[in-house]
Amino acid sequence: MWFDRLVQGALDTLLMVGVSSLIALLVGIPLAVFLVTSDKGGIYQAPALNRVLGAFVNLFRSIPFLILMVALIPFTRLIVGTTYGVWAAVVPLTIAATPFFARIAEVSLREVDHGLIEAAQAMGCRRWHIIWHVLLPEALPGIVGGFTITLVTMINSSAMAGAIGAGGLGDIAYRYGYQRFDTQIMLTVIVLLVILVAAIQLGGDRLARVLNKR
Amino acid sequence: MTAAHSQLRDLGLLPRDAEQTELHPDLNRAHVRFINLGKTYDGSVHALQGIDLAIQRGEVFGIIGRSGAGKSSLIRTINRLEQPSSGRVLIDQVDIGDYDEDRLVALRRRIGMIFQHFNLMSAKTVWQNVELPLKVAGVPKPQREQKVRELLELVGLQDKHKAYPAQLSGGQKQRVGIARSLVHDPQILLCDEATSALDPETTQSILGLLREINRRLGLTIVLITHEMAVIREICDRVVVLEHGRIVEQGPVWKVFGNPQHEVSKTLLAPLQHGLPDELQSRLQAMPASSDAAVVLRLQFTGSATDEPDLAALFGALGGRVRLLQGGVERIQGHALGQLLLAVNSSPHNAEALRNRAGRWAQQVEVVGYVV
Repeated sequence: MWFDRLVQGALDTLLMVGVSSLIALLVGIPLAVFLVTSDKGGIYQAPALNRVLGAFVNLFRSIPFLILMVALIPFTRLIVGTTYGVWAAVVPLTIAATPFFARIAEVSLREVDHGLIEAAQAMGCRRWHIIWHVLLPEALPGIVGGFTITLVTMINSSAMAGAIGAGGLGDIAYRYGYQRFDTQIMLTVIVLLVILVAAIQLGGDRLARVLNKR
Repeated sequence: MTAAHSQLRDLGLLPRDAEQTELHPDLNRAHVRFINLGKTYDGSVHALQGIDLAIQRGEVFGIIGRSGAGKSSLIRTINRLEQPSSGRVLIDQVDIGDYDEDRLVALRRRIGMIFQHFNLMSAKTVWQNVELPLKVAGVPKPQREQKVRELLELVGLQDKHKAYPAQLSGGQKQRVGIARSLVHDPQILLCDEATSALDPETTQSILGLLREINRRLGLTIVLITHEMAVIREICDRVVVLEHGRIVEQGPVWKVFGNPQHEVSKTLLAPLQHGLPDELQSRLQAMPASSDAAVVLRLQFTGSATDEPDLAALFGALGGRVRLLQGGVERIQGHALGQLLLAVNSSPHNAEALRNRAGRWAQQVEVVGYVV
């Protein structure tokens, strides 16, 4: 019985983290590319727009997840129709993870040597060629590393979401471990989380290493 | 400044059609021309000022100067990586100043460029690096493969095509850079301090490759460097840049044989043999006693068979002549020589010695006196 519940919790956690991290990846990379290329001296220079977007990203980054989650309840209801369960948790998780990941990816993109961009221009690359053939491939190992950090942070956040009714491992640990003093379930959840985080970190590190040809 | 040069400056201010008809024919054939070019950063820092220059088709043209002299900015105006603040750049007589992205991309495919730090994509193999310019130009795969293979062969790296840049030596990286710069069969090759990060031996092999490319493919090479040795090795003509202005220009052998400007002399200094340290320490500005030897430096420039007749020279100087140092270099078929002599107990005084030696040398300098 409690075993089934654990399996269900683990699946819920994976679903929450998986869906929201996928969205964060798809939105975060273009956002990071925009933040880098629209900056002063960038290939799509637009400093005013860059500052506005940068401020917006910083705004969401500075709100603690617990508070963000509560503040977003009306928005969440608007999007998924409920404020309870796995899908309701996906909304604040995504909104927290996207700017977080975008900033990390931005750092990797900025680290691409300006000489490479110059070389690309000199060989007759258009600006989108530079993004596609130079910026993204060169920053990929760093982006993979950044995404690993994002995933781990999101497992952390998803546990918090669990505590206010989103389900998942966090929910189980909170209800059984904290409210019912069931140390066994608490420890099992902790072990599961440690394994999950270790697996993600190991996989991410290995992938980044394989991709890094420097 | 030559007549054609000042004429060019005047004409730079004229409307285009008038200029096209009245120009010196050489200027009309020029491959790259700068007309009164200027570049200003942040409204006050003058990186380039009043640059007038014509680079001929098929020549190896050197731009030398100390760091911060404006070399990088100047070479980058040719493929518009740098936007000039004033003046014009003409390539094949066409002003590239108002090119939009489409025309710039087309222009840049006609102009190859290599860099001091090679600027290869670290995440791509040698093959992919060379292929990239063709790929973004939409060249079909079979043609791409043939071209990449051909160029890797030209630079001697066919067996390294699967390697990543990190696995290559500096010289090999620059060879990849050269292959990459040539895939579109450019007419101009820009070299931005292309050998400055390489050791002397590798520098020689890269310069050899550039010379071979210049001869075989007939392309115009424009290179910037702070090393006179590079200019001597492969350039036909050179300009010396200082504080964003041209301070000296001409055929390499002339500038080397008889540098006029202080900067050219400074840049040439490492190539010239100075006084031996031991002698330098004993050198005095005025003769300390009547038997002090006069130290003369003779510099001569001439055709390769024009070296001075030493017996006649020594005879004219009189007294006991000792050779302290001497050497002749050949650049573009011209002999550039230097003799450092100490003259003892001559019947002539220092000034007379200087005049007498002048018959065999373009420049004679009384360096000082030694006892």
